[in-house]
Amino acid sequence: MAHTLAQKILQRHTDQKIEGTGQIVQCDVSLVLANDITAPLAIKSFKAMGAKSVFDKDKVALVMDHFTPQKDIASAIQVKNTREFAQEQNITHYYEGGDCGVEHALLPELGLVGPGDIVIGADSHTCTYGGLGAFATGLGSTDVAGGMALGSTWFKVPPTIRAIFNGELPEFVGAKDLILRLIGEIGVSGALYKALEFGGSTVDALDVEGRMTIANMAIEAGGKCGLFPVDAKTLEYTAARGRNDEALTPDEGAEYEQVITFDVSNMSPMVACPHLPDNVHPVENVDPKKVDQVVIGSCTNGRISDLREAAAVLKGRKVASHTRAIVLPATPNIWKQALREGLIETFMDSGCIVGPATCGPCLGGHMGILADGEVAVATTNRNFKGRMGSLESEVYLSSPAVAAASALAGEIADPRKL
Amino acid sequence: MTLQGKAHKVGDHIDTDAIIPARFLVTTDEKELGENCMEGLEEGWVERVTEGDIMVAGENFGCGSSREHAPISILGAGMKVVVAHSFARIFYRNSFNMGLLLIEIGEEIVHIEDGHVVSVDIEAGTVVNVTTGKVIEFPPLPQFMRDFVDNGGLIPYVSEKLKNK
Ligand code: SF4
Repeated sequence: MAHTLAQKILQRHTDQKIEGTGQIVQCDVSLVLANDITAPLAIKSFKAMGAKSVFDKDKVALVMDHFTPQKDIASAIQVKNTREFAQEQNITHYYEGGDCGVEHALLPELGLVGPGDIVIGADSHTCTYGGLGAFATGLGSTDVAGGMALGSTWFKVPPTIRAIFNGELPEFVGAKDLILRLIGEIGVSGALYKALEFGGSTVDALDVEGRMTIANMAIEAGGKCGLFPVDAKTLEYTAARGRNDEALTPDEGAEYEQVITFDVSNMSPMVACPHLPDNVHPVENVDPKKVDQVVIGSCTNGRISDLREAAAVLKGRKVASHTRAIVLPATPNIWKQALREGLIETFMDSGCIVGPATCGPCLGGHMGILADGEVAVATTNRNFKGRMGSLESEVYLSSPAVAAASALAGEIADPRKL
Repeated sequence: MTLQGKAHKVGDHIDTDAIIPARFLVTTDEKELGENCMEGLEEGWVERVTEGDIMVAGENFGCGSSREHAPISILGAGMKVVVAHSFARIFYRNSFNMGLLLIEIGEEIVHIEDGHVVSVDIEAGTVVNVTTGKVIEFPPLPQFMRDFVDNGGLIPYVSEKLKNK
């Protein structure tokens, strides 16, 4: 049978013949991931399983990024236990200190994930690597513990929704706006138990970082993964990180459950209003609410292209006095690159706080928590009630350009009108 | 196996940040997580729950992060089953792995109100609203999931596989 991208990758990792959706298949995995929140549980389960050693010490990644640098005693204990486990198991890819960053920005940068891989991670945004053509999906800690012990896991072969974007992107409209638009269209459960596959001329023209931004939020539509075909751009990106990959496209005649097509040529920047990622509106239709905090960072939009986009808006201007704008480059390498390009100085000159490579406020962890009644514009991926702090606070999701414009205006603002 | 208890009904798209907010994720202890179950929906929500009660929810319950702490906190709060319109994917796997039973009944969920007494019979494939007498049938669990539940979740399953390796 003709395979979608998801089916094609699953087929490469199993002896069973994939004949349709809904079938349960056992697949070997290329990499298993956990972080400072989910690794402690995974280790607990790993031990309860009676496992003595991980299946391959080079194929397990443990990234201590959520509450890093350790925000309190309890989180420090979690990291300490994970570190001891990593040492005991001789895990090659353990990251905690100055070489640590937000996991889904870090692993692609290190060349640890790439085309055709199956990656399971105890983190829902593991789907980010679909931007590079990996079947990557979030699982719980115990599933991941099973993967760490066996080097394999089970999947139900998913049906696929194909999203096609055509046309040239207008100024200040980018990858984040595309994925917000799709989620707005199909809803937060629109891709439940399904794979998303992207295509079209807009997608072909996007850089690899933009593709990862889109794949990152597949889970916000309930998706199992969000997959991009592997083209020359992907191969150039992964080759620069020491990998030797091959192009990968869906089979001609593959069956899709649904095909949705968008013309992007007249699109506006999009904003997801509280309290669900599918409450999406063009920025010009959103109330210009007073903004207390802006966060630019995360596994969605904390890469160098995102920082450039924000800096271009902020350059030579000042953040509103009542707004705290927090910039968190997602990895140390991105941080250094931003420093070299003068972006860090631009941020600081405009009045931003520049922090370490951490998840921090994205999940309401630390380094920018909202009080009752406060409003944030963030380049992150979730605006659930209470996600960034108080249950009485509000989070609006946007691109780096909209977030930067909002920081300057001190209210939700349209970068096209600056 | 039949489970009977009082229904606590919540809405659609209840996410894992509502079930257990990130600030409580500094432990893996079931009881501690249970004490803060649904704290992201409403402060002190869990106080209404007595051991054996049943969580009843709308569409896409458990969406959001992959935190296994979410099903654990529901178990820790004393509930062994969630009956919902539908569940988010990672939450679905996690719950079975942890031994929390999930029953998907789609639109029939409108027949259960907060405070009703509900009885779930897994073999018969029925959810009975004891308060109103309404009987709701659900499709049997896939065999693979049944094996998991029968064998106590993923941990014993992997143990067995490791022994045979
Ligand atoms: S940046 Fe946010 S969404 Fe991404 S891994 Fe960290 S907490 Fe999760």
